[in-house]
Amino acid sequence: MRIRFWGTRGSLPVSITAGGIKRKIVEALLAAAGRNLRTGSEIEAFVERELPFAVSHTYGGNSSCVQIDIGAEDYFLCDLGTGARLFGHHVMAQKGPAAPGTFHVFMSHTHWDHIMGFPFFAPAYIAGNRIVIHGCHADLEQVFRRQHAAPCFPVEFDRLPAKIEFVRLEAGKRHRIAGLEVTPKLQLHSGDSYGYRFEHGGKVVVYSTDSEHKPDDARLTQGFVDFFRDADLVIFDAMYSLADAVSVREDWGHSSNIVGVELCQLARVKHLCMFHHEPVNDDAKIASVLQETVRLEEITRGDHTVRISSAYDGMEIVV
Amino acid sequence: MLVTTKRYADVLVVAAAGRIDYQNADEFKAALMPHLENCGAGRDQVVLDLSQLDYISSAGLRVLMIAAKEVRARQGKLLAVTLQPVVREIFEISRFTLVFDIFDSVQEALAKISPLALAAYESKSP
Repeated sequence: MRIRFWGTRGSLPVSITAGGIKRKIVEALLAAAGRNLRTGSEIEAFVERELPFAVSHTYGGNSSCVQIDIGAEDYFLCDLGTGARLFGHHVMAQKGPAAPGTFHVFMSHTHWDHIMGFPFFAPAYIAGNRIVIHGCHADLEQVFRRQHAAPCFPVEFDRLPAKIEFVRLEAGKRHRIAGLEVTPKLQLHSGDSYGYRFEHGGKVVVYSTDSEHKPDDARLTQGFVDFFRDADLVIFDAMYSLADAVSVREDWGHSSNIVGVELCQLARVKHLCMFHHEPVNDDAKIASVLQETVRLEEITRGDHTVRISSAYDGMEIVV
Repeated sequence: MLVTTKRYADVLVVAAAGRIDYQNADEFKAALMPHLENCGAGRDQVVLDLSQLDYISSAGLRVLMIAAKEVRARQGKLLAVTLQPVVREIFEISRFTLVFDIFDSVQEALAKISPLALAAYESKSP
């Protein structure tokens, strides 16, 4: 399975500021001072290999959208945040509008940041495309229709040329959808959210965002350990610090890097990818949280190593 | 996981030892919280001695957050002292260093909150 992250930001899409760009350029030029970088390829190699990611790149600011590519003709997406716009453009650029496709979408929940990319999802505007929106919420269709209704958006849902279907999934049950095994799990979040365990070709990827954990509730914890068990990759809501998640932001429906590491260690997960970044955090802050989380995994490691990464818009992970 | 206490005048030193994780966090909470009942302005203060604590998970930290909130609501003081290097790093990464005043020794914490307790501690120390 190849996982592509089209949107990784939590709660609200954000953009790097003019000041942020300037700071990166200053840092890059300072790092290059005294270096004999004369050709484009020398500069590119320097940028790629020697500058920290948070200086040479950005984690991006689109809200949640993750593609699960199993090498099939059908497309699989998790959530339709603003990252879905880029995915849609990518598909149109690759295949062109003349080649219809089927797009399966698995919705964690229907909060705005997870649906706001759909009005700008190009495949919805192409006749012949089929979009199947899967989820466990009873009002899934109503939410999407309401988002397209006046006065919020100029194109009514019924005028979208693609064939759009809604499929209700049962949490805790294993479903087979176009060759992909999918098991949803109820998560703690305002209005409920659902994580998805995807299995294909002997590989397991878990998408678990907008999910609060009560670390001292052993029963709930064990439920997530079972859900994550032996996964090759867990995409995990690590929006807050633990201190915030259990105090001022308790019951806000999100989790922390600490809980992510603990659950993945208990479940013997191979790779934890932190996701749904706090919109207030700039690239330097996200990189610093990643560094601390890598260290946490090291100092608390038993006989199992969990690889730690932090998702960015445009990232690809192959499992 | 083991919780023991020692009193020095108006300060109760609560020592936690071993490992605290999601499987024994309830036990830790049950052992810790009764010691906070007399904590408050003009009454006991509590020092958490973590010198024998090898590991604390998010579950244990949540118990500490509940304890800190309870003590604060009573205008009391709850301090943490002598964290082992691993526990100290966990406190830093989880941002619990912003929740607790942390001291390097029991003596240093007592000096901060109660001269009476410091005198009692020093008189009992070899």
